[in-house]
Amino acid sequence: MEQQLQQLKEEALTKIQDASTVKELNDVRVAYLGKKGPITDLLKGMGKLPAEERPKMGALVNVVREVVTESLEARMTLLEEEAINAQLAKEAIDVTLPGRPIQTGNHHPLTRVVEEIEDFFISMGYEIAEGPEVEKDYYNFEALNLPKGHPARDMQDSFYISEEVLLRTHTSPVQARTMEAKGGEAIKIICPGKVYRRDNDDATHSHQFTQIEGLVVGENIKMSDLKGTLDLFAKKMFGADREIRLRPSFFPFTEPSVEMDISCFKCGGDGCNVCKKTGWIEILGAGMVHPNVLQMAGYDPAAVTGFAFGMGPERIAMLKNGVEDIRHFYTNDVRFISQFHRSEA
Amino acid sequence: MLVSTKWLNEYVNINGINPADLAEKITRSGIEVDSIIDRSHGMTNVVVGYVKECVKHPEADKLNICQVDVGEETTQIICGAPNIAQGQKVIVARPGAVLPGGMKIKKAKLRGEESNGMICSLQELGIEGKLVAKAYAEGIYVLPQDTIPGENALPLLGLDDTVLEFDLTPNRSDALSMLGVAYEVGAILSQGIALPKIDFTESAEKAEDKLKLRVDAPADNPMYVAKVVKNIKVAESPLWLQNYLMAAGVRPHNNVVDITNYVLMEYGQPLHAFDYDRLGTGEIVVRHAEEGEKITTLDDTERTLNSHNLVITNGKEPVAIAGVMGGANSEVHNGTTTVVIESAYFAPASVRQTSKEVGLRSDASTRFEKGVDPNRVQEAAERAAQLMAELAGGEVLSGSVIVDELDKTAERITISPDYINSRLGMKISMDDMLSILERLKIPTEAINGQLVIEAPTRRQDLRIKEDIIEEVARMYGYDEIPKTLPVSESTPGGLTPYQAKRRIVRQFLEGAGLYQAITYSLTSKEQSQAYALETAPVTELLMPMSEERSILRQSLIPHLLDATTYNVARRIDSVALYETGSVFLGEEEDGLPREVEHVAAVLTGKWVDHAWQGETKKVDFFVMKGIVEGMMERLGLLDGLAFEQAAIDGMHPGRTANIFLNGERIGLVGQIHPTEQKKRDLKETYVMELNLERILSVDTDELLYAPVPRFPSISRDIALVVDSGTSAGTLEAIIRKAGGKLLKDVKLFDLYEGNNVEEGKKSLAFSMTYFDPERTLTDEEVVKAHEKVLNALTNDADAQLRG
Ligand SMILES: [Zn+2]
Repeated sequence: MEQQLQQLKEEALTKIQDASTVKELNDVRVAYLGKKGPITDLLKGMGKLPAEERPKMGALVNVVREVVTESLEARMTLLEEEAINAQLAKEAIDVTLPGRPIQTGNHHPLTRVVEEIEDFFISMGYEIAEGPEVEKDYYNFEALNLPKGHPARDMQDSFYISEEVLLRTHTSPVQARTMEAKGGEAIKIICPGKVYRRDNDDATHSHQFTQIEGLVVGENIKMSDLKGTLDLFAKKMFGADREIRLRPSFFPFTEPSVEMDISCFKCGGDGCNVCKKTGWIEILGAGMVHPNVLQMAGYDPAAVTGFAFGMGPERIAMLKNGVEDIRHFYTNDVRFISQFHRSEA
Repeated sequence: MLVSTKWLNEYVNINGINPADLAEKITRSGIEVDSIIDRSHGMTNVVVGYVKECVKHPEADKLNICQVDVGEETTQIICGAPNIAQGQKVIVARPGAVLPGGMKIKKAKLRGEESNGMICSLQELGIEGKLVAKAYAEGIYVLPQDTIPGENALPLLGLDDTVLEFDLTPNRSDALSMLGVAYEVGAILSQGIALPKIDFTESAEKAEDKLKLRVDAPADNPMYVAKVVKNIKVAESPLWLQNYLMAAGVRPHNNVVDITNYVLMEYGQPLHAFDYDRLGTGEIVVRHAEEGEKITTLDDTERTLNSHNLVITNGKEPVAIAGVMGGANSEVHNGTTTVVIESAYFAPASVRQTSKEVGLRSDASTRFEKGVDPNRVQEAAERAAQLMAELAGGEVLSGSVIVDELDKTAERITISPDYINSRLGMKISMDDMLSILERLKIPTEAINGQLVIEAPTRRQDLRIKEDIIEEVARMYGYDEIPKTLPVSESTPGGLTPYQAKRRIVRQFLEGAGLYQAITYSLTSKEQSQAYALETAPVTELLMPMSEERSILRQSLIPHLLDATTYNVARRIDSVALYETGSVFLGEEEDGLPREVEHVAAVLTGKWVDHAWQGETKKVDFFVMKGIVEGMMERLGLLDGLAFEQAAIDGMHPGRTANIFLNGERIGLVGQIHPTEQKKRDLKETYVMELNLERILSVDTDELLYAPVPRFPSISRDIALVVDSGTSAGTLEAIIRKAGGKLLKDVKLFDLYEGNNVEEGKKSLAFSMTYFDPERTLTDEEVVKAHEKVLNALTNDADAQLRG
C-alpha cells in the first residue's frame, strides 16, 4: 500500500506539472483529491488495515496529500498568473489613439484683453462702469469740453441717430455720466465698451471697435499719480521690464494731455518691425481731467482733480498676439477665435 | 505741416543739429514729428549743364542729340523731353548718379548715339509731380541763366534739405507757420529767433484813394486789411522761393501768387491777391452770399452758395469765397500790373462751415478754421507788400485800407508755482518756471510769488492755468515727473454682481463648448427686427455708410447666423458660437433707445465628434435646450424655468420653444426654419437668445446646503402609453403634483413611438425617486404615493400603464 501511495503521488505530481490550464489543473485536483479520488479511497480503505499500522499509514497519506496539494496550489498560482497575463495582453490598447475630446470654447481675443485690464485695475481698487452705446451728444461731446462746432469733433466723425443722439465715439461719456451721478464723490473706475466711428472697414479701421478707459477723481490727484499708475499697468500687461515714456499730446477733455509709449516688448528697445525701429510703441492716451469737464459734472476744479486714460483693446491684442488686420476681430472665423484657447497666467 | 529745416534755419539757428535729433526733441516736447524726409535722397553727380547744341536724332523723332557743357567737359546726352532747346541751363545727372527712384545713370547708346548722362525733370529728382510748376510739369526743368555749368544742382534746387513732417494736434495751430515752428524750436533749444525785417518804401499815392472797402458782415469778418501794389511784373519767382514752397508742399505759380503762399507758410496768415483791374470797380465789399449765388473758383469749378457763406465781392459780384478760395474772375495772370493784397481775420466757425459745404479744404481754410493770430493780420499784409516790391518790381501804395473791429488783447493768466507743482506732483522752482516761459517767449512777470502771464495771441491754445501747467511740464520734461500712486481712501474695487454673473455666463457657455463671437451692432433693415424678443421701433442712422449697416439690431441671432454661414462656407462644418451684447429697442422719452443686454448662441453640425469610438452626434434641439438649462442651473434659476412650444417667424414651427422664467417670457430656443437655413446655405442649425439683463437681475436666495441623505431612497419605474400630442412636460407636472412631498425626483428615461405602440400613441418611461429625509420609507408608504401618481396619470392624461 505504501508503494501504491508512492506511485499515486508520482502520478499526481506529473499530472499537475502537465496541466497547462486552470481547468485541467482543477480536473487533476478533482481526480486525485476529490471525494471520489484515489487518496480518499485510500483513506477510506484504512479501516481494513491492522490497527497498529493505521496511524503510520494515516500520516503517510496525509503527507502525500499535502505534497500533492502544495504542488497543485503552486501550479495553480502560476497558471492563474499566466491566465491573467494572457488576459491583460489581450486587453492592451494603442495608447497613441486620440483621446475623447473635451470640447470647450473660449473668450473672444478682445474680451481676453479687456478682462485682463479690468482685473488689473480691480486689484488696484477700481470698479467697472458701463453706459449706453447710443448716447446723447451732450455726454459724448459737450460734457467732455467739445462744444458744437469744436474743431476736434472733426477727429471723430460719428454716426448720428438724430441731431442730439449718436452712437458713442468713445467710452468717455461713461466717465461724464459717472461723475454726474457720483455728485462730487471720489471716483476710481474703468469703462470698457463698444464704440463707433464713421470709418470704412479696412486692415486698420473698423466702424465698430472697443475702448477701455480709466478715470480717477479725488482730492490731490496729481500727474505723477497718473504716471505711476500707467507704469504699473504697463509692467503688468507687457512685462516687468517695460519702461514707459509720456509725450505731450492733445485731447479736448484733458489738460495736460499725453500719449504713453512703452519700450518695445519684442526687441526691448533696440528697434524692430513691431516698434517701427524706434524702440517705443504707442499704447494709450491720457491726461489730467480738464477743469471744464469737472465743472460740467458738478465738481469744483479748485478742490478736486483727476486723471483719465484710454486705450484700444484691438490695438493691444494686435500688438500682443501679432494680429495684422483688425477685421479678424469681427468676422468671427472659428479658426481665428479658437487660437485664443490657451490660458495665460 | 511740412517744415524745411533749411527754411527754418532762417529764423532759428539749427546749424549742426542732426535732423533726427531735432525731430526727437520736438516730438518729446510737444509736436509729433511723423517722418523725416531727406530731399536729396542721397543723390550725387547732379550738376548744372548748358545745352550748347541740340539737334534731332536721325533715327528717332522724339529724341534730341545734345552737346552739353557740364563744366569740366562738353559731353553728348540724348534727351527725349519736348521742351529741350539749345541755350538752356538744365539739370544733368552724370554717369554714376543714382536718382531717387533707384535709377542708376550709366553711359549708354540710344539708337546708335552715345549718351553720357541724363537731362532731368524735377520729378526725376524726387519732387512730386503736383508740386512742379505747370511750365515744367511735362518735361525737363529749365534753370535760370545765371547758373554755372558744372555747379552742384542740389543746393540750387534746395534739395540739400531735410523736411520734418509734423502731425499737429488741433490745439497747436500756432505751428502751422514757420514762425510758429521757430518759436517752438527756439524754446526747445533755448535760442532766440530772428523775425523777418519788414522795410520798404511806399509811393506817395495812397491805397485808400485807389480802393474802397466795406464789410457788411463784421461778426464773420472782424478785420480786413487791403494793400495795393502797382507796376507789378508777373514772372517766375526766384528759385529760392520756389524751392521753399515745394519743400512746404506748395506748387509754385508766379511771383505774386507765390509770395502770398510764402507769407501764408511763414506767418500762418492766409493772403489773397486780386488783380485790381479785373476787380473792375475799385471796391471791395465783404458780405454774405445771396441764396443760390454762383461763383467760379480758381479751380474752374462753378459753386453755388448759401446765404450764410461769406464772400468777397467787387461791390457787384463775388470775387472770392472768404477764407476758402479765390474766384477765377479776379485771378492774377501774366498781364496783371496792379494787385490788391487781402489779409483778413475770418471767423473760424464760418470758414469751417463754408469749407465743409463747398467741399474745399485749402491751406488757407485750415488755418482760418483754427483761428489765425489777430496780431499778425496787418503784419502779414506788410510782409507780402515788401516781397512784391523786392521780387516783382512792385510799387507799394502808402498805407492800407482797413476795417478793424477785432479784439487783439492777450489772455492774462495768473498762477502760483505751488499750484503748478501740486498738479504735477513735482518741485520745480519758480526760477525754472520763469526761464521756461522766457524760452517760450511768453511774457511773464513774477508778482507776489505768482506768475502773471500775458498769453501771446499766436498761441490760441493758452487760455487757462492748466495750459500753463502743460507748457511748464513739457519743457521741463515729462521724464522728470516722478511715479506715484493716488493717495485716497482705499476702496475694495471689484465687479458688480451683474458683471460677475455675466462672466459666469460666459464661462459656462465656453465650458459647454461655445466660442465667443463679437458681431456688429449695425445691421440692415431686413435683419434689424428678425428674431427680436420684443416688438419695438427701430433705431436708424441719419447718414449710414451703407444699407447693410444702417439700423441697430434688435436680436443677436441674425449676425450669429451670418458668422455661421461665413464659417460653413469655409468648410468648418461644426460651428458653436455665442455672443453677449446689446439690442436696441424703440425710442424712449429721452431720445435714447432702450439698450438691453442679451445672450444668444448658435449651433450647427456635430456636437460630439469622437468618430473612431463611434461617438458622433449631430446638434439637435435638446443640445441647445440643455445648454440653456445648464446655464440657468448655474445661475440658480432652474426652478422657475419653463419651455413652451412656439411659432416664431424664421423658426421651425415644430421645433421651437419660448422660454419663460417665473412666468415671464425671457427668450427662445429652436431650429432655424429650413427655408431660412437653405437661404443661408446651412444644414440643421439651432439658436437660442435670452434677455440676459432680465436673468442676471433676478435675486437668488443665499445658497444653503441641504443635509446629505442619511436614509435610503426608493425608486419606481413606470412605462406609459399616451396620445402622441401629450407632452412630456405635462406628464412630469402631473407626476410631481400627485407625488407629493415624498417624491424627490422624476426622470424621463425612455421615449418610443412605432412598432408595438398603437398609431397616434407614444410610450414614455419615467423613473421616480421617493425619499424622506427624516426616516427610512416603508414599502406601504411608497406604494401609496406611487398609486396616487398612477391614478393621476390615468385620470388627467388618459395614460395607460404598460407591461
Ligand atoms: Zn521693437
